[in-house]
Amino acid sequence: MTMTTQLNTQSGIAGNRKFKLPPEVSIALVLLGIILVFELLGWIINDQSFIFNFDRIKIIILQMSVIGIIAIGVNIIIITGGIDLSSGSLVAVTAVVGASIAQASDFPMALFPSLTDLPWIYPLLLGTLIGLIAGIINGSLIAFTGIPPFIATLGMMVAARGFAKWYSGGMPVSGLTDSFAWLGSGANPVFIFLILAAVFHILLRYTRFGKFTYAIGSNRQAATVSGINVNRHLIIIYTIAGVLSGIAGVLTAARAVSGQSSMGNMYELDAIAAVVIGGTSLQGGLGRISGTVFGILILGVMMSGFTFIRIDSYYQEMVKGIIIVVAVVADQYRNKKRRA
Amino acid sequence: MIANHDALETKSGTTSDGIPLLEISNIHKAFPGVIALNDVKLTLKAGTVHALMGENGAGKSTLMKIIAGIYMPDKGEIRLKGVTVKMTKPLDAQIAGISMIHQELNLMSYMTVSENIWLGREPKSRLGFVDHEEMYRITQDLFDELHISVDPRAETQTLSVALRQMVEIAKAVSFHSDILIMDEPTSALTEPEVAHLFEIIRKLKNEGRGIIYITHKMNEIFEIADELSVFRDGQYIATCSSQEVSRDDIIKMMVGRDITDLFPKQIVPIGRTILKVSDLGLQGVFSGISFELHAGEILGLAGLVGSGRSNVAETIFGITPATSGTIEIDGKEVRISNCRQAMDHGMALLTEDRKDTGCFLGLDLLANMEAPVLSHRYVKIGFVETKRLYDDSLRMANRLRVKTPSLFETMLNLSGGNQQKVLIARWLLTEPKILILDEPTRGIDVGAKAEIHRLISELASQGAAILMISSEMPEILGMSDRIVVMHEGRATGILDRKDATQVAIMDLAAK
Repeated sequence: MTMTTQLNTQSGIAGNRKFKLPPEVSIALVLLGIILVFELLGWIINDQSFIFNFDRIKIIILQMSVIGIIAIGVNIIIITGGIDLSSGSLVAVTAVVGASIAQASDFPMALFPSLTDLPWIYPLLLGTLIGLIAGIINGSLIAFTGIPPFIATLGMMVAARGFAKWYSGGMPVSGLTDSFAWLGSGANPVFIFLILAAVFHILLRYTRFGKFTYAIGSNRQAATVSGINVNRHLIIIYTIAGVLSGIAGVLTAARAVSGQSSMGNMYELDAIAAVVIGGTSLQGGLGRISGTVFGILILGVMMSGFTFIRIDSYYQEMVKGIIIVVAVVADQYRNKKRRA
Repeated sequence: MIANHDALETKSGTTSDGIPLLEISNIHKAFPGVIALNDVKLTLKAGTVHALMGENGAGKSTLMKIIAGIYMPDKGEIRLKGVTVKMTKPLDAQIAGISMIHQELNLMSYMTVSENIWLGREPKSRLGFVDHEEMYRITQDLFDELHISVDPRAETQTLSVALRQMVEIAKAVSFHSDILIMDEPTSALTEPEVAHLFEIIRKLKNEGRGIIYITHKMNEIFEIADELSVFRDGQYIATCSSQEVSRDDIIKMMVGRDITDLFPKQIVPIGRTILKVSDLGLQGVFSGISFELHAGEILGLAGLVGSGRSNVAETIFGITPATSGTIEIDGKEVRISNCRQAMDHGMALLTEDRKDTGCFLGLDLLANMEAPVLSHRYVKIGFVETKRLYDDSLRMANRLRVKTPSLFETMLNLSGGNQQKVLIARWLLTEPKILILDEPTRGIDVGAKAEIHRLISELASQGAAILMISSEMPEILGMSDRIVVMHEGRATGILDRKDATQVAIMDLAAK
């Protein structure tokens, strides 16, 4: 700091950073506001507290942690100016495939009788590997054929869902081991989510990888001219997102102690919604993982809150749709203001 | 249709009464930071071809866009056949009988030739549907009239660039406009095609129409134009009959300007050869480019827009890898197929288009400055050495006198000149030994310009080898030790500082 202040005296540029509120603060305030509204409604309608209920908080966090893991990858992709629609379907694939090697030997209908009673790490690794392959395919399609990420991942979304149905024969993969069930029990998914969120937050903010990610999202051509291997970077990013979807899929199966091809339905949209609510711009170049964590919490609190004040799930979906659109409109408005 | 033919009849009548087709006077047009046109006039007589001449940035295109209703002048009068008109959109101009053939082709590739020509004016059947047979028939009539042999049913994308240009011209003719504006129509045409175009132009001329013809090709002026007007730096210079002037007169009118600004290139000893380019080529864009660049030298690269100057820079830097020729750095032949490799060899490229290929507009200054240098330095096991990078970036920004409250300011909020300084700082952080600058002072104010010139000169005196592309003659002449001039993808000459004059450069650039 001494060094920069010295410089400061000889020139116009302030050496030290002016204190600015981090962008997360406003999102946190929105979260707080929503909680207050439900708390108030809770006392009016149900005559009980909304937030001071440990079970409810636990359910909110548990439910959202799986989507949160996906949202980390989706967040990084959206920062590069892309989109990932395949994450929900990849959850289904990795849930059924992971579950199929997590079956107990005493279960009579095991898919692979020779691969039973394996410890939880095997299904987790297999799920991660499948996610990795799917991510490489997504990334390579986008980087080398130049098709829009929307289309590449839409193809993956439809194909992966089909694969999950074929693999499981449309039946739940059940009879899973206690070891596998442990993986999804208690607060494990939450811990995994928080660790991953922290790792990728640091990765984006403090590493060359992160700096290049923002550069690509902000101006792809300028990034190329700056010597960044954009194609390689994009493949790595889609691969990361695939791996995270794979982990999320295995955790989903472990939490339900069953692998089903219908799992992860619409998760991709919830993840995108959380990212957008968290302040990441769909134009690319802007956004933080910490914002997405708040976005996830807002989404979770809203859904739980609606159930709490007994609003029908149909309305919930309608409201969710409106929230997503409002978040994007707000982003456009911010962009315009910045440009003005 | 019938109404249009009637209009054509009356039109021929107006040619005799002496009132010019188009008369514009006192036209002013300013854009933020530049005065594009200052008190400009032009008179187009019926049945003539009027050429517009001028260097890049002389204001020809702006003037054409005003006549075509794309821009509105800040001040001034436009009279069509003696009547003052006010045009606020391109459609107004079209209705008033003005058609413009753009330099860029504006046809829809997946529609047929006929659909393109009659877009929005399709002949209708009694039921209100498009009558395709009728449309093909009138297209064929139009093509017969102009001796264009293209199938009216052909999809546009199957046509060559030259034929598409012909379709554009046919489309403009189909409006039965009194005034046709052609902006470098021959740039994509081969010689027989040019001859065909001139035949069409002569025919239109004989029908009493007026044609405004923009070109950089001197010989075309004498072949097709009746009159010509010269513009320079947004000012009207002169109008003369093309029979009365020589090629040299025109060049003098185009460049004849005193060098008022000073461009201080320090005299420094020229060192060893750092970059040697031999017979460099990029298929279909440029070929046979050879030059040597030495330490401490500023080599200017001059030529008109579209001559391939920027393409040469982009090829040397690996954005579009060369398809022929060799690049040697420090005497060793190198292969450069992407920007990273160019950077590995100590090169830096300040691109021509600040917004499209330069700035990360939404990110802060620090992010804008650090992007290239992170490939080589300031990174330990993947993590950025934030403090050290920040300190060096701040020092660099101060050295370039970037005006900003802090390095955490968003790039978008800076003026063009300051953005340019940030981009130069970006590349100086990489400590390049070869610095390629494409239009380093385009669109920035005089003060920032002088500072950038001083900086370029200082870098050269410290031993950097600098390749500088510029459309501004005073800049090229004042800064360069030697000047390579390009024309249509070829180097037409290399001038030494002592031999370089504006006339000499224009002579090579407009061959």
